[in-house]
Amino acid sequence: MKSTCLSALMASLLLTTAAFADDKIVKLGELDDQSGLYADSGGPGSVLSVNMAVEDSGLRAKGWTIDVISADHQNKPDLAANIARQWFDVDKVDAIIGVQNSGTALAVTSVAKEKNGVFLDSGAASSDLTGKACNANMIHWAYDTYALANGTGKALVKEGGDSWFFITADYAFGHALQRDTSAVVEANGGKVVGSANVPLNTPDFSSFLLQAQSSKAKVIGLANAGGDTTNSIKQAHEFGIVEGGQKLAALLTFISNVHALGLDVAQGLTLTSTFYWDMNDGTRAFSKRWSERMKSHAEPTMVQAGDYASTLHYLKALEALGGNPHDGAKVVAKMKELPTDDPLFGKGTIRIDGRKIHPAYLFEVKKPSESKYPWDYYKLLATIPADEAFRPLAQSECPLVKK
Amino acid sequence: MSEPSPTAPISPHAHSGRDEKVAFVIMTALLLVAPFVIYPFFLMQALCIALFACAFNLLVGYVGLLSFGHAMFLGLASYVSAHAAKVWGLDPALAILAGVASSALLGIVTGALAIRRQGIYFAMITLALSQMIYFFCLEAPFTHGEDGIQSVPQGMLLHFIDLSNQTILYYFVLAVFLFGFLVIYRTINSPFGDILKAIRENEPRAVSLGYRADQYKLAAFVLSAALAGLAGATKAIFAQNASLTDVQFSMSGEVVLMTLLGGMGTIYGPVVGAFIVVAMQQYLGQYLGEWVTVIQGSIFVVCVLLFRRGIVGEIAGFFKRSL
Amino acid sequence: MFALLGISPQQLFQQLLVGLINGSFYALLSLGLSVIFGMLNIVNFAHGALYMMGAFAAYFLLNLLGLNYWFALVLAPLIVGAFGALLERVLLRRLAGLDPLYSLLLTFGLALVIQGLFQNFFGSSGLPYAMPSQLTGATNLGFMFLPIYRGWVVVFSAVVCFSTWFLIEKTRLGAYLRAATENPTLVRAFGINVPRMITLTYAFGIGLAALAGVLAAPIYQVRPAMGADIISVVFAVVVIGGMGSILGSIVTGFALGIIEGLTKVFYPEASNTVVFVIMAFVLLIRPAGLFGRTA
Repeated sequence: MKSTCLSALMASLLLTTAAFADDKIVKLGELDDQSGLYADSGGPGSVLSVNMAVEDSGLRAKGWTIDVISADHQNKPDLAANIARQWFDVDKVDAIIGVQNSGTALAVTSVAKEKNGVFLDSGAASSDLTGKACNANMIHWAYDTYALANGTGKALVKEGGDSWFFITADYAFGHALQRDTSAVVEANGGKVVGSANVPLNTPDFSSFLLQAQSSKAKVIGLANAGGDTTNSIKQAHEFGIVEGGQKLAALLTFISNVHALGLDVAQGLTLTSTFYWDMNDGTRAFSKRWSERMKSHAEPTMVQAGDYASTLHYLKALEALGGNPHDGAKVVAKMKELPTDDPLFGKGTIRIDGRKIHPAYLFEVKKPSESKYPWDYYKLLATIPADEAFRPLAQSECPLVKK
Repeated sequence: MSEPSPTAPISPHAHSGRDEKVAFVIMTALLLVAPFVIYPFFLMQALCIALFACAFNLLVGYVGLLSFGHAMFLGLASYVSAHAAKVWGLDPALAILAGVASSALLGIVTGALAIRRQGIYFAMITLALSQMIYFFCLEAPFTHGEDGIQSVPQGMLLHFIDLSNQTILYYFVLAVFLFGFLVIYRTINSPFGDILKAIRENEPRAVSLGYRADQYKLAAFVLSAALAGLAGATKAIFAQNASLTDVQFSMSGEVVLMTLLGGMGTIYGPVVGAFIVVAMQQYLGQYLGEWVTVIQGSIFVVCVLLFRRGIVGEIAGFFKRSL
Repeated sequence: MFALLGISPQQLFQQLLVGLINGSFYALLSLGLSVIFGMLNIVNFAHGALYMMGAFAAYFLLNLLGLNYWFALVLAPLIVGAFGALLERVLLRRLAGLDPLYSLLLTFGLALVIQGLFQNFFGSSGLPYAMPSQLTGATNLGFMFLPIYRGWVVVFSAVVCFSTWFLIEKTRLGAYLRAATENPTLVRAFGINVPRMITLTYAFGIGLAALAGVLAAPIYQVRPAMGADIISVVFAVVVIGGMGSILGSIVTGFALGIIEGLTKVFYPEASNTVVFVIMAFVLLIRPAGLFGRTA
């Protein structure tokens, strides 16, 4: 306690003396679930991504001082908001990166706005971050619920999957995912034949899978996340859903989930992702360097890729500004002005609402026999071009968008 | 049996109360100057959690009822007050009152069920009931599930005190904490408190003396629920959000940890415990990361095995004082 | 009647059977809790964590030692049970004679430590455990498509549960156990090593939890949080059945599995809370639980 008091005292002294002139000092904070449900898709891997982006930017060699700190928000929105507040106020953090879980991200984005910091999110799913809750200090990088629903829904209907049954996690996130996907399915001529709302953390899905099976729907959409998704996929395999001719579409799945399930169970699953490590030479080169530095030698998820790419672009914007103005809105404006280009997501742009625009991909998980080397998991079914992948600005509820 | 009950008073005879009053003055003085030294948002968080722990301790320490579901009161009140302030646009004082009323009401219903059993049954029943409330909060539309209620306005207290000013906000939260703390202190040292202690020590005897034990227990339960609600409602206003964190089982576990660590059945124990645990989460989280759960579990084990009286209890025992 | 409920008889039987499978896990877990409580007067909060350890033990036996599911079914309960015996000897024993709330707090702390350690070392997504090849596939029962493994779980756990009941209620060993609960001093006078019996009972209860973990491994993902997810429901089952009643916990476990299964058909949103609602009603009507003796 004493040392805490002391450091806080020193920090508050610093606060009064800190100069707000442009300098070449940057402090980045990676705030994430480091140990819980989402730690495998972000967490320690995201911290590595941020550090690699700092190294790859080459700014340190040009005389910049860049520090990276990290913390665990334990998926608690109030804790996330408190850490964010303290980072901006006391620790003089310029940008917060990471933040999986929509509740914590929504809490952090309002703090970033209040304190005029920068918030680069890749982990959270909610499309509200660039909708109702958007602000001039935040950029949402890797994916969102709209992109997932749109990618999976549209592409599967086009492939003939025109009747759907949803197994939905019974809370705001699950309902949003189901609602968005249903809209896309129906707009493309498909129909929704039924759904079951399943309470969060239900270990046994057999009852719902039986309902889905007897509905004779061509596609079973899993509008859930984390442990619920892995459990429902595993039991769908047990009930022979995919062998029975129905398609299983997990609306939010990361490659870390597929790895945890194993190909035997996950084969045939369709999913949308904006990044796959084995897409091209650029992604492979990055993933190789990244994987070598991970304790588990995992390959990066789209969240971890997003954390790398967004940090890199942030540092590019600072370099273009010629120094760090310590003014969040100004840096974010510069980031939106500059076109993005990185080996992971290719060339892209950032929209006025803070939405990063790039293509999305529909993948199918390979059969064990098709997988030739470790982490050789996905085959590409369809590419959703960048201009179709995300919610059009015309439908945006974001106050920054002038209509 | 050297220690018959987890909650046996440290020194039942030396109950002059003078030490407690001195300690109160010191604590208040420290808290008045604290925001000049320590980050105020950390202090406010710690104060709300400390009030929550004190409310919990009122039950476990003075009635001998260990609730393993106390987060339901904290969480429900925080949702209700956040909703009242944001959607209904109520004055922060009224929003907090609405939160307190909701948790008191919940306390009446759950209390009436839970006090039908004692000891470990009571613990399991409160746990099960709080899981029910958790699912309610997860699924009810007004709580917005995982997203929680965000950007709650701090507002103008009684139309003229601007709570968005950080200094004013801090002293408001401090005032709420001291109010709650004094209510608990007065309750423990009142005739009502004496009857509660008598029931804890020997319920059949208290009943045979003509006290309707169940009614006293229920009253204490509802008071504890209402004060936990006060903590939650105030937290929603200062932190500007209400989320599942406050209603989750892990929060119920944490409040047990704080009270055990600080000292069950001591007045200041829960405050000390809460400050330590909140500081651990907020400051050590950066260094400990994934080890926080393991460390919390280890503290439980060490406390139960080695110092059951907690930090304040051990100190008080050492100086033979009552704190 | 079926038309009235808006569901075909096939579907109803399907769901009843599926419910029975979940009931098997509830029964095994609440049985272990009851055995431990009856003998040691301890509410074992670490029960969920030890159930999780059972599943992990099966995983490691397969992937490190190459021992398949059938070995795991025997070895995992022994290994985890031995770990339980160690916990009882080293930690829980020190709390003998104190208020049982202390052992509740201790086991709660242990649960946090165990779960946290597994989380740190194996991540949160969990590990895959393949179904034993003899039990893969499904059989068509005419009214439903039943995965063979699920049928095996129901039959096997029913056998284990009722054997346990027989052992405790109908044999000489069980008589000693019950007597030792009532009057340890007297039983000690008969020349029986009561402390050892207590250790073995705790280990046995833990072994049942680990066995449930092995049974669960092929169906559910082997995850550190799998125990924490189920433990509060199991506590409610135990409160409904009445603590310490062996038959009570078995019957209640299976029955609540079925009721939960039916809720999943008619009102899935409530399927996680139905057990708690029933608990509230039982408390109103019979505070000691359906099979409990009023103290």
